[in-house]
Amino acid sequence: MTPTDAKRPLQLNDHGQLRHFLSLDGLPRALLTEILDTADSFLEVGARAVKKVPLLRGKTVCNVFFENSTRTRTTFELAAKRLSADVITLNVSTSSTSKGETLTDTLRNLEAMAADMFVVRHADSGAAHFIAEHVCPDVAVINGGDGRHAHPTQGMLDMLTIRRHKGDFEKLSVAIVGDILHSRVARSNMLALKTLGCPDIRVIGPKTLLPVGLEQYGVSVYHDMNEGLRDVDVVIMLRLQRERMQGGLLPSEGEFYRLYGLTIQRMGLAKPDAIVMHPGPINRGVEIESAVADGAQSVILNQVTYGIAIRMAVLSMAMSGQTAQRQLEQEYAAEEQN
Amino acid sequence: MPTHILGARLIDPASGRDEVTDIYCQDGKIAAFGQAPAGFNAAQTFDARGLVAAPGLVDLSVALREPGFSRKGSIASETLAATAGGITSLCCPPQTKPVLDTAAVAELILDRARESGHAKVFPVGALTRNLAGEQLSELVALRDAGCVAFGNGLANFTSNRNLGRALEYAATFDLTVVIHSQDSDLAEGGLAHEGPAAAFLGLAGIPETAETIALARNLLLVEQAGVRAHFSQLTTARGAQMIADAQARGLPVTADVAMYQLILTDEALHGFSSLYHVQPPLRSAADREGLRQAVKSGVISVISSHHQPHEADAKQAPFGETEAGMSSAEILLPLALTLVEDGLLDLPTLLARLSSGPATALRLPAGRLSIGGAADLVLFDPNSSTLAGERWHSKGRNCPFIGHCLPGAVRYTLVDGRVAFLG
Repeated sequence: MTPTDAKRPLQLNDHGQLRHFLSLDGLPRALLTEILDTADSFLEVGARAVKKVPLLRGKTVCNVFFENSTRTRTTFELAAKRLSADVITLNVSTSSTSKGETLTDTLRNLEAMAADMFVVRHADSGAAHFIAEHVCPDVAVINGGDGRHAHPTQGMLDMLTIRRHKGDFEKLSVAIVGDILHSRVARSNMLALKTLGCPDIRVIGPKTLLPVGLEQYGVSVYHDMNEGLRDVDVVIMLRLQRERMQGGLLPSEGEFYRLYGLTIQRMGLAKPDAIVMHPGPINRGVEIESAVADGAQSVILNQVTYGIAIRMAVLSMAMSGQTAQRQLEQEYAAEEQN
Repeated sequence: MPTHILGARLIDPASGRDEVTDIYCQDGKIAAFGQAPAGFNAAQTFDARGLVAAPGLVDLSVALREPGFSRKGSIASETLAATAGGITSLCCPPQTKPVLDTAAVAELILDRARESGHAKVFPVGALTRNLAGEQLSELVALRDAGCVAFGNGLANFTSNRNLGRALEYAATFDLTVVIHSQDSDLAEGGLAHEGPAAAFLGLAGIPETAETIALARNLLLVEQAGVRAHFSQLTTARGAQMIADAQARGLPVTADVAMYQLILTDEALHGFSSLYHVQPPLRSAADREGLRQAVKSGVISVISSHHQPHEADAKQAPFGETEAGMSSAEILLPLALTLVEDGLLDLPTLLARLSSGPATALRLPAGRLSIGGAADLVLFDPNSSTLAGERWHSKGRNCPFIGHCLPGAVRYTLVDGRVAFLG
């Protein structure tokens, strides 16, 4: 069975351009490459003294976070500002919904304030799809993370990191380690790597932290960290939430670290020039040793920098795709009237 | 009104009758087949040539939403919707507000159903007070008020000991229990079948074992108590096999499946449409095949709609925050006819699963056509088709089949000889 998103066209306009960015499922390789290329060009903007381009001037971007976040929210905010957009950030978990306002009402109110784009993070899988399909299809919706389902901008910034540091995906071995089951980052990474042609994607973890049906992503499963790390080019570590111990998924942080923690010694199993990535926030001494996180092979902080460029790329591409779609629809309507 | 039904293909699975004949109804009952009885003066004649005449369908689970949830549906709207699907008798589950755990609520439902005058209603009472799985409802008082069986829905008992006792108490009075088998602990927080689709979508899974572990326990307790039991809403192939094994060793249990479960799989969840959010969840293609084979063999002798109408808002949220359930009673017959179209069942067998099967499972006075019996019939055109949603009577439009063209068209649904629905 290959997963097929029944609503695949949802995030593309009639020309096949991005108009929402909800998931990497169903996006062609060429489009992912275009995102990476665009982000590359924005990286130069970040290096300039004046870090702004006028692509989104006069547009309003609303960051609507129904779930806490620091890094993602801040980098989206910076990305929108560098594109010259007006930016509003709302932490909805602490405002309207506690007054009983529904998700739909919150977003429709923001739409009424002439928002052009929503960046949404929500604890429910499928929340971004729901908003793009049923709440405000005319506003570009960017998924800033939905439940366990997807975190597509994180997926793409990880791909940019890999491409800039390791080059051609078709020659790489990539290992993703830890709590795959609860991780939207892992899901987006697996899809992106597969689409970009990575021939050897490995996931490493105990059975309690791996979802069923991993074969649909074309990955190979390892329960032994030492075996899984052998000769890889890239190691992506995932954050381990503390509450996993209570659910009986793991006996203790200590045992997890002994079996799956990334130590200097274990890094010796990977290729000598392998890179270490982590979506953050890091649990030092739980999934990764400080010496590795801060070591020469770590590109964890580069990921943050690239995250801004990727988000600039996605915001500008989705805005232009959404605008093009609205123009198209106006033309269709005009044709119908004639 | 004396009614003459002319030239229908009469299929009555209970008696095995399958022939083209005339049917004569008088005083709400079937007066004769073939030849008009002496002195019969037809006040109306239905030309039923080309139509199939079958016992009105018997649906063991149609949520009427009254009392307590009238924004989702009313007894009047949902019983009318049922007649559109060919249903003349239905059981309503006890999840009302207040819960159907007192005679007063049963009486209220039956009164309103009689006033509405559409399909006949047979309430299923709550096995425990407030469905809390702790203290027994007054089962005998509920029986006397008209409840035909007792269930606890998906709400689990607080202990196996309490469940065992409830079954023993019901057995004392030869009451039938309707048992849902889903372990609430294994299903905790789950939104979808634990499989590749849920894993891909990041939806928390409900494993097959949530059903099979509960089912194994329930079968053992039923056997120990010696209670009449009907197992409702099976979703797994393994579960169907466990029912088959129990029947093979002589346990007189029956089982049903939701009609949609025989058509849809968890693959439908791609795209996150909340219309496919049901509990227990849509399962794998292999499960669907196992269920279909069990329906064919008769291990599952009942197909029900498990109709659950909702107001639009209940489905307008991210998948995990929507309410579970599908509104589908009013297309029960066309949906079921897809099983004939697919070549799985012949028409008499399908009609058995929709009429005599359910009536036998809960000992209902329905589901067969016999002289002197109630004139509860459905007349349908097997060669026509129904565009689902073209007309819609249920308050709940939460049906993923709306817009689909389905085989067969209900022309007349007769309840006690009266036209309750005209297609």
